[in-house]
Amino acid sequence: MDFNGVEATRIRQEIDHLKSKKRNIEQQISALEAQLNQLEVNSSTVCPQPLSNGDLSNSNGLSPDMIYRYSRHLLLPSFGVQGQANLLKSSVLVIGAGGLGSPALLYLAACGVGRMGIVDHDVVELNNLQRQIIHTEAYIGKSKVESAAATCRSINSSTQIVEHREAFRTSNALEIVSKYDVVVDATDNAPSRYMINDCCVVLGKPLVSGAALGLEGQLTVYNYNGGPCYRCLFPTPPPTNACQRCADSGVLGVVPGVIGCLQALEAIKVASLVGEPLSGRMLLLDALSGRFRNVKLRGRSLQCEACGDDAVLTRQTFSEFDYEKFTQTPLSTVPLKLNFLSADDRISTKEYNEKVRKGDAHILVDVRPSHHYKIVSLPNSMNIPLSTLEGRLPEISAALEKEVNKENGSNTSLFVICRRGNDSQVAVELLHKLGFTSAKDIIGGLESWTHNVDPKFPTY
Amino acid sequence: MQLTLEFGGGLELLCDSVKSHNINVDPQDGEKQLTMKNLLSWVRTNVIKERPEMFMKGDSVRPGVLVLVNDTDWELSGQLETVLEEKDNVVFISTLHGG
Ligand SMILES: [Zn+2]
Repeated sequence: MDFNGVEATRIRQEIDHLKSKKRNIEQQISALEAQLNQLEVNSSTVCPQPLSNGDLSNSNGLSPDMIYRYSRHLLLPSFGVQGQANLLKSSVLVIGAGGLGSPALLYLAACGVGRMGIVDHDVVELNNLQRQIIHTEAYIGKSKVESAAATCRSINSSTQIVEHREAFRTSNALEIVSKYDVVVDATDNAPSRYMINDCCVVLGKPLVSGAALGLEGQLTVYNYNGGPCYRCLFPTPPPTNACQRCADSGVLGVVPGVIGCLQALEAIKVASLVGEPLSGRMLLLDALSGRFRNVKLRGRSLQCEACGDDAVLTRQTFSEFDYEKFTQTPLSTVPLKLNFLSADDRISTKEYNEKVRKGDAHILVDVRPSHHYKIVSLPNSMNIPLSTLEGRLPEISAALEKEVNKENGSNTSLFVICRRGNDSQVAVELLHKLGFTSAKDIIGGLESWTHNVDPKFPTY
Repeated sequence: MQLTLEFGGGLELLCDSVKSHNINVDPQDGEKQLTMKNLLSWVRTNVIKERPEMFMKGDSVRPGVLVLVNDTDWELSGQLETVLEEKDNVVFISTLHGG
């Protein structure tokens, strides 16, 4: 890098620093103005105000109710009246009211953020409640935003809650995010993470980013005070099959809970101008071993396509960018539905059920991982996980032979099933290659079994 | 040279679900130092048990993997050229998207 480059970086850092100071001063000014207004209102009133009036302002701009409600914050020397006043004037947008968003929203509502926005297009489902603790059974089938907003209002009626019951897309992102000071990314997929990052870069908003899966969590603050953005760290999206989802891999409920709480903490620090936000650093949680690791990240990348020196990202290019194509991943969480076998190699769950009822000789191989098989399985199925299939072909041969002998040489069929009908197709294709040419896939897997044959068969 | 390797964010699934590995690896013949580039190819051969394409792309890690040498992003220590020292701790962690 030449001298000009170094100089430009220094100047940019100086500008960022001054902007942050300016914001701080502006917040102090508006706090003082609010105080002044209140004093003028009070002195112009003819009747003396009763002491118990909740709106009566103290010299620090906080009403008696506020002083009482937030007293434990006010008592903190490092937070105090100024931190609380800043918080009360701030606005935070939480994108996603799921495992991360639930605890984040609860704490943000409780702590006295002035205005809070919630974005989500999903409805509450029973299998959310294990971790999405802001929702209750009464809201199953109803909008997550409606449910979360109701809980937040019941905790703190003085915080303004804005409901955005819509999917977060390039078409509405700029308009929504522009109304808030701080953004919390509590989403669950790669395209959303790139989209939210870019939107925050375009609008200059700090982004509190959290993620959790299985027994691990990650937390950092992007695009804050000259620090790196998500694309500085991950300029190229990961391959699609590297992106595990909670719906497939599982997650211990309290893990996103911990990360969501920490997201609330970082949002509070950024909004109240207190402390040292986790910018340029990342907190990694390994819940199984009980370890937190705080690591130092690279700084802002000058080559970053979002925030770098030559970045061409604007409102216009942002709204035209195809994040699903970029990450090769759909924004919606609808599970993947593969369909690559020919119709001759597949049968529906209803057809399979008919064969079972007629007593047709067959072998049913369930290719799910064994910990899935333990949750629930069809009677008389044998569990051979896809990853072990090649090595366990003799077991299939033996089972087929046994069945043939039992049925006096009649045609014995080989069926393959999994959870949703994707892995079973992969397995059937593999079995065909390995000589089991009669293997057939059961379309739609166990989920289809529940939907089309036996509604009492558990889904997960 | 003794090093500790740790895998996280799902990368441990590529090495029999073992997260932490104490390894002993020396610079190759004729070389004085062990760089991250050397270590990566050693890990690919000796530690990764399946789907190496989920760990590496070309001679570096695949997109979405964060590499930390002694709790610091390897971008700050020279990426592939980072020179490793006795008892260094190297973490490979896949970025998570779940929530
Ligand atoms: Zn960037």
